[in-house]
Amino acid sequence: MSTESLYVDGLYRDHSRRVQATLIRLLGNFELAEEAMQDAFVAAVQQWPVSGQPDNPTAWLIRTGYHCGIDQIRQRSTARRRAHLLLPTELPSEETLDLEPTTIEDDALRLLFTCCHPSLSMEARTALTLREMCGLTTEQVASALLMKPTTLAQRIVRAKRKIRDAHIPYAVPTQKELPERLPDVLQVIYLVFNEGYSRSTGASVVDISLTQEAMRLGNELARLLPQGEVFGLMALMLLNDARRDARQDNDGELVTLDAQDRRLWRQKDIQTGIAWLEQALALTPAGYYTLQASIAAVHAQASRAELTDWGRIVRLYDALCRRFPSPILTLNRAVAIAMNGAPDTGLTLLDDIAHHPQISNYHLFYAAKADLLRRQGQHEAARNAYHQALQLATLTPEKRFLSRRLAELENFP
Amino acid sequence: MKYVALVYYQEQIINAMSEQAWHDLNQECIAGVERLSASGHYLGGQPLQPTETATTVRVRDGETLISDGPFAETKEQLAGFYLLEAHDLNEALQLASRIPPARLGSIEVRPVRELPPKAEPQTESGEQP
Repeated sequence: MSTESLYVDGLYRDHSRRVQATLIRLLGNFELAEEAMQDAFVAAVQQWPVSGQPDNPTAWLIRTGYHCGIDQIRQRSTARRRAHLLLPTELPSEETLDLEPTTIEDDALRLLFTCCHPSLSMEARTALTLREMCGLTTEQVASALLMKPTTLAQRIVRAKRKIRDAHIPYAVPTQKELPERLPDVLQVIYLVFNEGYSRSTGASVVDISLTQEAMRLGNELARLLPQGEVFGLMALMLLNDARRDARQDNDGELVTLDAQDRRLWRQKDIQTGIAWLEQALALTPAGYYTLQASIAAVHAQASRAELTDWGRIVRLYDALCRRFPSPILTLNRAVAIAMNGAPDTGLTLLDDIAHHPQISNYHLFYAAKADLLRRQGQHEAARNAYHQALQLATLTPEKRFLSRRLAELENFP
Repeated sequence: MKYVALVYYQEQIINAMSEQAWHDLNQECIAGVERLSASGHYLGGQPLQPTETATTVRVRDGETLISDGPFAETKEQLAGFYLLEAHDLNEALQLASRIPPARLGSIEVRPVRELPPKAEPQTESGEQP
């Protein structure tokens, strides 16, 4: 690659997201802002090598982009009389452009809260966030989410149309609204992370790029919005990601937590994760992600599986289930209780939720039940549960793992 | 920005209500409208008679087709609507969440579409707008 194109790539990587986030605020339109941002970079590539880089490149790019956007609007207005229906009517004048560094910082938050707005479908939120916040191309997002680019492009167009037509505000929620709106954003980031961490279909268990994107988003959010739950989510992602090298063996086979070679866990990530967690816990009360991260930390701090403090994990699940009741959490709590020396109680609790619609087709429920039965020496019942899990699992390494467990049980009566 | 909040619920739930509960719900709605009016968010609205009174009209190939009942046989039925003035979708959703039947059924919030300006009569040269 030539030095010139390297220079352009670097500029683009450093400034494009911020420039675009601010242009969306100023021009009030996603498409227009994207075109204007591209135009501004073209101008920078032509002018900066001659005139030198301006003192404040971001502000220069925003101003230039704003000019280009206004020109676009004028051209469209003459081309189409109906343009007034498509474009914002009131635009700020050149002199009143708010380009204060704090306002520009907040534009990234405005963009994130808009992309994660609860009135958009979950799929649209994920796609928009990856496209607009992470700066991935439509093709990259489509391949990361295992979708056809055309389907994804349509989804993005539809979402942007709804943002425009329904007047989804380009705003950071007020302090009062924040507790209600922040979980929407955290959920999208965690979904992106999990999409990368454990694929719902496909051959490989870990896709590094989506987990990295999620952690970058989380980091950015933690800087802009230092809230306990943001720190908790960062801790949770880091503590899970620290185990990534141990989750699969050399043959690509899935390794469960209790059988993982803990020397492969990345101690540096665990330390960083725990530091995030301590920051989160300092801002009480601990929320959903902070509690989940606390559980991940208990596992991370056990040097051998037998040394896991299951009593503490049970107490953390008690708190989670009380505040955020869900059948999946009940399932995890039941397993923790069983592991904490009360397998019969654990199995009874599992039976209690077996018919819940969110559980009855969930392969991990049957896998968990099978594992508890296996540990209890109830081989016949364990085999049945493994069969059910196998029927519902979609991920290839998970299927192979379940088949392996089944084969091991064949030797028992 | 104008939004319509369409109020949907299962009529059978309403039919099964005690007279007192129905009375309370109505009074609560009246109080809600007073509050919305006082804050300048209420532009209009009306509760509707149940779907058994509905008639659906369609025109296909110039022929008017009339059929008994609502447009769609869904689990929840349209029970009324509010025309709201709100700054943006967030405010509209906030207002809608305070409409009492939101607890019983659901409120669909939709931005109002402004019609384009009325077309001028065509000039003699037949120029299209």
